[in-house]
Formats: sequence, C-alpha cells, structure tokens
Amino acid sequence: MKPTDTKDPEYFHKVVDCQYACPAHTPVPEYIRLIAAGRYNDAYMINWQSNVFPGVLGRTCDRPCEPACRRGRVEEEPVAICRLKRVAADNKTDISDRLPAIPTEKNGKKIALIGAGPASLTVARDLMPLGYEIDLYDDQHKGGGFMRSQIPSFRLPESVLDEEVNYILDMGVVTHFKQHVTSMRDMLAKNYDAVFVGTGAPRGRDLPNLPGRQDGDANIHIGIDWLASVAFEHTHKVGKKVLVLGGGNTAMDCCRTAIRLGGEDVRVVVRSPKSDMKASPWEIEDAEHEDIPMYENHNPKAFLTENGRLTGMVFEKVEPVFDDNGKRSLVPTGEEVTMACDDVLMAIGQLNSFPWIERDIGIEFNDWDMPEVDKTTFQTSLPNVFVGGDAAWGPENVITAVAHGHQAAISIDLYCRGESTAQRPAPEVNLVSQKMGFHDWLYDAHISDDERQIVPLIDKQQAIGNRKLEVEKGFDALQGYDEAMRCLNCDVQTVFETDRCIECDACEDICPVDCINFIDNDEEANLRENLKVKATNTDQDLYVSGELKTKRVMVKDENVCLHCGLCAERCPTGAWDMQKFLLHEATAGVKS
Amino acid sequence: MTFIRPNFRHPENHTNEIGYSIKNYEGALSTLCAGCGHDSISAAIIKSCFELNLEPHKIAKISGIGCSSKTPTYFLGKAHGFNSVHGRMPSVTTGANMANRDLLYIGVSGDGDTASIGMGQFAHVVRRNLNMVYLVMNNGCYGLTKGQDSATADKGSAGKKGVPSVFDSIDLCQLALQLGAGMVARSFSGDKQQLVPLIKAAIKHPGFAFIDVISPCVTFNNTPASTKGYEWVRDHLEATGTIDFIPEKSEITIDYPAGSSRQVQLHDGSELVLQKNANDYDLSSRKAAMNRIESVKEAGNILTGLIYHNENQGDTHASINTTQRPLNALTEADLCPGSAVLEQLNAGLR
Ligand SMILES: Cc1cc2nc3c(=O)[nH]c(=O)nc-3n(C[C@H](O)[C@H](O)[C@H](O)COP(=O)(O)OP(=O)(O)OC[C@H]3O[C@@H](n4cnc5c(N)ncnc54)[C@H](O)[C@@H]3O)c2cc1C
Ligand SMILES: Cc1ncc(C[n+]2csc(CCOP(=O)(O)OP(=O)(O)O)c2C)c(N)n1
Ligand code: SF4
Ligand code: SF4
Ligand code: SF4
Ligand SMILES: [Mg+2]
Repeated sequence: MKPTDTKDPEYFHKVVDCQYACPAHTPVPEYIRLIAAGRYNDAYMINWQSNVFPGVLGRTCDRPCEPACRRGRVEEEPVAICRLKRVAADNKTDISDRLPAIPTEKNGKKIALIGAGPASLTVARDLMPLGYEIDLYDDQHKGGGFMRSQIPSFRLPESVLDEEVNYILDMGVVTHFKQHVTSMRDMLAKNYDAVFVGTGAPRGRDLPNLPGRQDGDANIHIGIDWLASVAFEHTHKVGKKVLVLGGGNTAMDCCRTAIRLGGEDVRVVVRSPKSDMKASPWEIEDAEHEDIPMYENHNPKAFLTENGRLTGMVFEKVEPVFDDNGKRSLVPTGEEVTMACDDVLMAIGQLNSFPWIERDIGIEFNDWDMPEVDKTTFQTSLPNVFVGGDAAWGPENVITAVAHGHQAAISIDLYCRGESTAQRPAPEVNLVSQKMGFHDWLYDAHISDDERQIVPLIDKQQAIGNRKLEVEKGFDALQGYDEAMRCLNCDVQTVFETDRCIECDACEDICPVDCINFIDNDEEANLRENLKVKATNTDQDLYVSGELKTKRVMVKDENVCLHCGLCAERCPTGAWDMQKFLLHEATAGVKS
Repeated sequence: MTFIRPNFRHPENHTNEIGYSIKNYEGALSTLCAGCGHDSISAAIIKSCFELNLEPHKIAKISGIGCSSKTPTYFLGKAHGFNSVHGRMPSVTTGANMANRDLLYIGVSGDGDTASIGMGQFAHVVRRNLNMVYLVMNNGCYGLTKGQDSATADKGSAGKKGVPSVFDSIDLCQLALQLGAGMVARSFSGDKQQLVPLIKAAIKHPGFAFIDVISPCVTFNNTPASTKGYEWVRDHLEATGTIDFIPEKSEITIDYPAGSSRQVQLHDGSELVLQKNANDYDLSSRKAAMNRIESVKEAGNILTGLIYHNENQGDTHASINTTQRPLNALTEADLCPGSAVLEQLNAGLR
C-alpha cells in the first residue's frame, strides 16, 4: 500500500467515527470533553454551530453517530452521545450573547423559505448573519415543522423547541405562518433572489382499497395527521381499543400518544417480523416499557364496521420466507385474526406531495414525480430554486434536514454572489499536538471502564397520565460526567512520523488492542490478512507509514484503537504523537 | 497525568486452548524507559506462554538485579516470582527447582547480572544443567546504574558517554556451550519472529536452555558507535537459519522448500523446523557451533538463531537422583521411614 496521506482531512475525519457518521459532522468528542469539564455553554455552542437544535436533538435525534461509535466495537454499548448533547443543553446558562450578530445593513438579497421545518430554519440561521432578508412561509401557526406537529411533547417539551426555533426567528426572519403555499409560479413571481423548498413529506399513506375503509372513516386516522391534530389541541381523546398499524417511529409515537389520550387496549400491529421493524430500537423499547404489545406478521385484510361504525379489523397472518438470494417475502399462512377496536391509526409511511409546484415552470420532475435535486448543491433545474430536508428525497430525520439546510445555504449564498454552486468550500481543519510533558497530555487519556449510563425516567403512571410530561429526565451532572468519560477521544489522532522511528517495537508491544504492526508491505487485502489481529472491519482504514530502515512499514488498523496514547507514551523518539484533529464543516459565507 | 493501561483488549483476540486471554499473561505496566529492548522481550515471553497454553500459576520467574531483572514484574503477573539479589538468580532458581520440579523456571538476568557479579553462579548452573530457561537481556551496559560498560560490551564499542570500551567482551553463548548447556541460542529484542519460537523451544527443552537476547538500552547505549544499539545490531545480524516452532499434534501448514529445511523433534512431540541457510552446520555439534560463532564474529557480525541443540543431557534431578515429587508434597511417612528401616541401615553399617 502507498503511505497514508494524512494531509487529506478525510483520513483523520473518518477516524472520528461519530463525527463522520453525523450528517452535520458535529465535532462530538470536542463537545463531550467540554461537558466533562463542566463547560456546558461551550459544549452547547459547538453543537449549535453544527446541528442548530442541540436541545431538540439531544432528546430526539436518530443518532446515526451511536451505531458508528468506536466504543461499541470495543465493548457492548456506544457512548450515549445523543443524551450527552442534552446534558449540555439542559445545563447551559443564557447563551444569547454568543449568537451571531445580524447586520442591520442588509446585502440586498431576498430569499423565500417554504416550510418552517429544521431544513428551512437552518438555511435561515446560516444566511441571516450574512445580511440576507428572509421570508418564511408555513401552513402551521408556529415554526418548527414536524418537530412541532409530530414529535410528541412527552419526548420533546414545547419550551425546548420554542427556545431553539426562536434563536433563529429572532434574528429578524419575516414569518408568514398559517399560509399554505399553493403555487410556486406565484412565489417565483414575487422576485425572490432564491427560493428554498423545505416542505417535508407531509402526506401519510392510507389503505384506500381495504374493505370497510369508507364505512369506518370516522375512526380511521392517518397517523401523522392525527399526531398533528393532537399537538395542535384539536384532538383530546381516543377510543379505549386502538390499533396502530405500522412498525416505524411514527407508529411508536402514535401508540404512546394513544395510551395518554385514554386508550386502554392499544396494540401495534406490524406486517413484518418484529425484528424487521423500522423503528429505532430505543423507540420500540420506550413503547414496550409502557406495556404496549406488538403483534408481528399480521397483514391487514379488512376493516370491520357495524352500522357505519368501526368495530374491528381482520388480519391475515404471514410468515417470512427467504429465497436463494436471501430476499424475504411474507407468505400468508392461511390463518386469520380478528381484533376489535374503536380507532385505527395508520402509521405505514409518508409521501412527498408537490401539487403546488407547477410542472411547466422549469423545475424538472423525475419518474417518481419528485423534483430532480442535485445531491451536492440541492439545486433544481431552475437555478434559483433549491430543495432540502424530507422534501428532497423522502422522509429522513431532523439532523439530515439540518445537514441539507447547511449545504443549501452555502449554495444559495454562492448563487446569489454569482459564483458556481459546484465549487464547495473546504472544511476548517486543525491538527494540534496534545503533548504537555512526561506522561502528561492535554486530553484525559485514561480509558474509563464504566458501562453506559441509563437515562432516568419519570414514574410510568404519572407519564401516561399527562401527554405533555417529558418521560426522560436526562442525565444529572455526575452521570453526564461519567458518561462523557466513556468517550475514547477518537479525534485525538495517533500521528506517525516515519523518519523518527527506530523500530524498537515499543508501541507494538504496549498497544492494548494490537493495532500496531511492523510488517512487510503488501496489497491492502494481504496486509489485512497478515496483521497480528486480522483487520476484518473494512470500513476502517489501515494507516500505513513510509518505508522504514528495515524495508518494513508500520501498519495500524484504526478499527479498535482506544486513543489511549500509550504508543506515543512508549515511543522513545517521538515518532508517535497524539494530535487533536478538529474539523468544522464549512458553512455559508466561508470563501472557497 | 495518567499512565494506566486500559482494560480493553482487541475483541477479536481470542483465548488460547486453556481458555485464557492474552491479558492473563500480562504483568504490571512497565516502568522501564520508553523504547527499552527489555520490554520487547517481556512481550515475547507473554506471547510464547500464551501460545503454548501454559498455566501462569505453574511458572516461576526469577531474576537478579538490573533493569532486565525488573522485567518479571511486567509479564506473567499470575506466576510465582522472586526478584533476588544481584547475580544470585541461578542459586535461587536452583533451590526452587530442587524443591519443586513441577514448575517451569524462567530465569531473567542482565549482562551485568550474569557476566560480572553473577559469573560464578552462571557457570555452575550451566554445568549442573538445571532444568530452566536462562534468558539474558544483553544491552552491553549496566542500565540500572546509568550505563557503565558491562563485560559484554565489545572492545571499541562506545555508549552515550562516548568512551570506547578497552576490554575484550565475554560471549555468553560460547561460555554456555563450553560449560555444557543443552540448548544455546542468541536473538535480538527487535526480532520477535525469531525470538518467540526460540523462547518456546527453550521452554520445551528439558534441561538448561540458554538464550542471549541482545536488547538495546535506548537511554545509555543506543549510539551509532555502540555494537548493542538498534541500528548496528540490525545491520550485523546473521542467523543460523529461520526457525518455526510447531506445537505437538498440529499440522505443518508452511511449505518448506525440499532439502533446505530440517525438523528437530522435541521430547513432547512438538517440532522445531529450521530453514537452513547457506552456512548450515550440525546443530548438535558443540565444536561446529563454536566454529560458527567465531567465523561470524570474525566477519564482524553477530550470529543469531538456534546455535546448539542437544536434548540428551540429563538435568540436575536426573544426575543426583532426586524425588519426583515437590518437597512440600512429601509427608512425614515419606520422610521418616520408621525404626525398622533405621535398624536395617544401622545393621548395614556394622
Ligand atoms: C411521528 C414522527 C416522529 C418523528 N420523530 C423524529 C425524531 O424523534 N427524530 C428525528 O430526527 N426525526 C423525527 N421525525 C422526522 C422529522 O420530523 C423530519 O424528518 C424532519 O422534521 C424533516 O424536516 P424538514 O425541514 O424537511 O420538514 P418538516 O419538518 O416536515 O417541515 C415541513 C413544514 O412545511 C410545511 N408545509 C408543507 N407543505 C407546505 C406548503 N405547501 N405550504 C406551506 N407549508 C407547507 C409543513 O406543514 C411543515 O410544517 C419524525 C417524523 C414523524 C412523522
Ligand atoms: C551486590 C550489588 N552490587 C552492585 C549493585 C548495583 N547494581 C545494580 S544493577 C547493576 C548492573 C545491572 O546491569 P545488568 O544486569 O546488565 O542490567 P541492565 O540494567 O543493564 O538491564 C549494578 C551493578 C547491586 N544492586 N547489588
Ligand atoms: S468514543 Fe467518543 S469520539 Fe469515539 S466514536 Fe464514540 S463518541 Fe465519538
Ligand atoms: S492510542 Fe496507540 S496504544 Fe492506544 S490503542 Fe491506539 S494505537 Fe494502541
Ligand atoms: S536504562 Fe536502559 S536498560 Fe534500563 S530501562 Fe532504560 S533503556 Fe532499558
Ligand atoms: Mg545490562
């Protein structure tokens, strides 16, 4: 293999598993260390800069960082990254003086944002400090999009959402709430310099052709519409017997909301086996903790009605069968099951819907009737129209919407300055030695043995009695500290300098997880095979040095490196050093 | 300020045949200088014992005084240990071995500990062919007392102080050969490929097995002018051949070119496979071994690898016909055969 090019920021970035996995590339270990140091405001601002809604995300994030976290490869459980974010948000003091200044003199460019979800709000957050004027349109009465209408208050208190939405609106965004946008043509006629579409995926899937659908209509609800109607206080109760169809996160929110609105026998009914349910494991866990049963392998067949009123549903039982290619199909077993119910909540998927975008105004649509959107620039075929969040490629999550918003803001800024949107600004990177002295590093290199902290919950009966009461209490300061100490500081990189190495093997001998090898160079596949411990995780890179005096090379498998610094500690010549790699994604306004 | 070894190990690093992980063979975190060759030798001992599936509590590690003699603290933390007096490792090991032949004895010493103050003890433990592994971590200096030349420092070699040694050096392998050791080998701390199979062979060897391991002292004797520094040693190594240790019952999976390799059967069924090099000689001939060491030395190089091997020399117990059982397992009945036997004895003396 060729020597690793550590000058390419991509290399070390990939080593910081959590940050790399985060769609917005939040510098996770940096804020975790600040939490350990009790510097909550600093930790909060690092988050705020990257992911805009730390308080919201610290409670609700889909947390792609956690399955990626290195700690999960070394022991059972990853660092509770998401809930640590909440520790920063919960414990911070007033941070308003740290928010960016908004120029009173505007730059003369006006932008329209359609939909007030996290994607649009992020665009606003990034462009307002640059002097843009922004009009924000949404059909709801307040900002936040699905974070407000869909995520139930028992997971996300309204006050937390309001605070973080208002940091942005208070920058001087002109809001046009309770306005459903019905024509893109009209919008374009208002002569905005750019228009951003952040309207989400607002249509819930139905089962229009199932027998009894029309008859039972009064008690058959589209999950997301029903959740919105609960959130906006139009719906206050539900029948005693409720069937929730679907196995995703929406189903979990529906069932948990239903038991809070008077549901006594609430069941989740899924077509697939339970192990294939789409919901995040922790959301399933939360629902089960509230004693909600899940029925797997039940395919809906019909709604049962009596005198025009819903009385139950019929399901056909199926079983998963795998063909030779491992492809699964659900084959009916012939058994039918009837379940009585008063209400049905359908949480079986969401769709995009763009009836309001005329097809003859220059925005190209693809075969799936979705606008053609560039994956990097978020630009449509109409150069001044951009799309991001769930509206771009279908339902995702808040952090993805935020990431889209950042990139769209960069594009809009480039576009408004007359520059090419394809020319993306580079991230800001910094690599600094952590050495202080003998056995002394700027970071805490000691590896904690603690198991993952468990998030404390409020009393279950109390929680179910009030849909607005937040179920999770969040870590207290001590738990937050202990959890923060579980982080392995993956951003503190092991940097190797070939010329200084005398091949004494000290690093190889001391490394507790056998990462380091001195070995004859070869192709990657052979090297992986020949290391002390085979490098089987191909998602993780091999760090290869230049040729050493003995013609061998140093090969380090990054996979389970603990970043303990012992290699650098035991190196007599300083060939190894621990250096902190800090990467901030570029935001709008950074010159490329 | 932290300097603590984490408790995590590579999740794919499996346990050995007796269910122990590599961690069960480690010791305390080393306090030797960063980069000291001795630490590599400790790592090689750990690896050898792990791979040989030895039970740590059936091993005794005994040492004298010196940085080298400190290392038993840093490996096999679950084994018995005795950090004895300067140069006295052989007599303490002899006593322990006489009292309990069931343990594996690993004696660790330094070049100072062996070739200066402990020379007399060394000579006799070899001569008696005590069943032990005698490992010298040879850095050509007294590391612990700040790097004075030792008796293995080559004439003209200079350490950190820059003053060349004026005396001829002692070659411990030659000495061991001369005194009748059954296995003699030399290696380098920076070559675990060679060192680990040698340690395994030494462990399996019944009787006295001697390994002189050149082990650079990075702090006091790793200069370009030192013949015990990393650079000089690497540039002047000449192996008797490459060596593989094949445990008992396992299939030989490596393809050795025909005619160029030789198998040495060890008493327990395991095998040493030696890849001969151009200057192959009869490993069981003391004379040939002596010659080889000398001729390589004349060429300015260091002979490493397995130098001499002869399993057919009985160990001390065999020579003096001692009891098979450890002394602490002998009961009063064993030790005091009773008045009838005494009568008989006395009668024989009349
Ligand atoms: C029940 C449920 C629970 C969820 N829980 C989580 C969670 O815990 N964590 C997580 O990360 N994600 C969660 N999500 C997903 C997350 O809410 C979305 O992915 C995210 O909000 C998408 O952001 P967005 O900016 O693209 O649009 P949205 O948040 O969907 O906002 C779009 C806004 O545009 C408005 N709008 C649409 N069309 C028009 C129009 N024509 N005119 C005017 N306004 C319009 C909509 O009313 C809405 O307010 C959940 C989704 C659902 C349905
Ligand atoms: C009886 C006695 N004499 C002298 C000393 C001082 N002393 C301690 S270590 C040492 C030399 C150790 O050299 P070596 O065995 O080569 O070990 P190294 O430190 O080089 O590994 C000496 C002379 C001592 N501890 N005890
Ligand atoms: S251990 Fe810390 S830095 Fe490493 S992946 Fe996990 S959270 Fe990120
Ligand atoms: S920091 Fe160095 S010693 Fe520690 S695990 Fe990583 S490579 Fe091994
Ligand atoms: S002084 Fe020399 S022998 Fe002693 S620990 Fe340091 S490097 Fe090793
Ligand atoms: Mg010495």
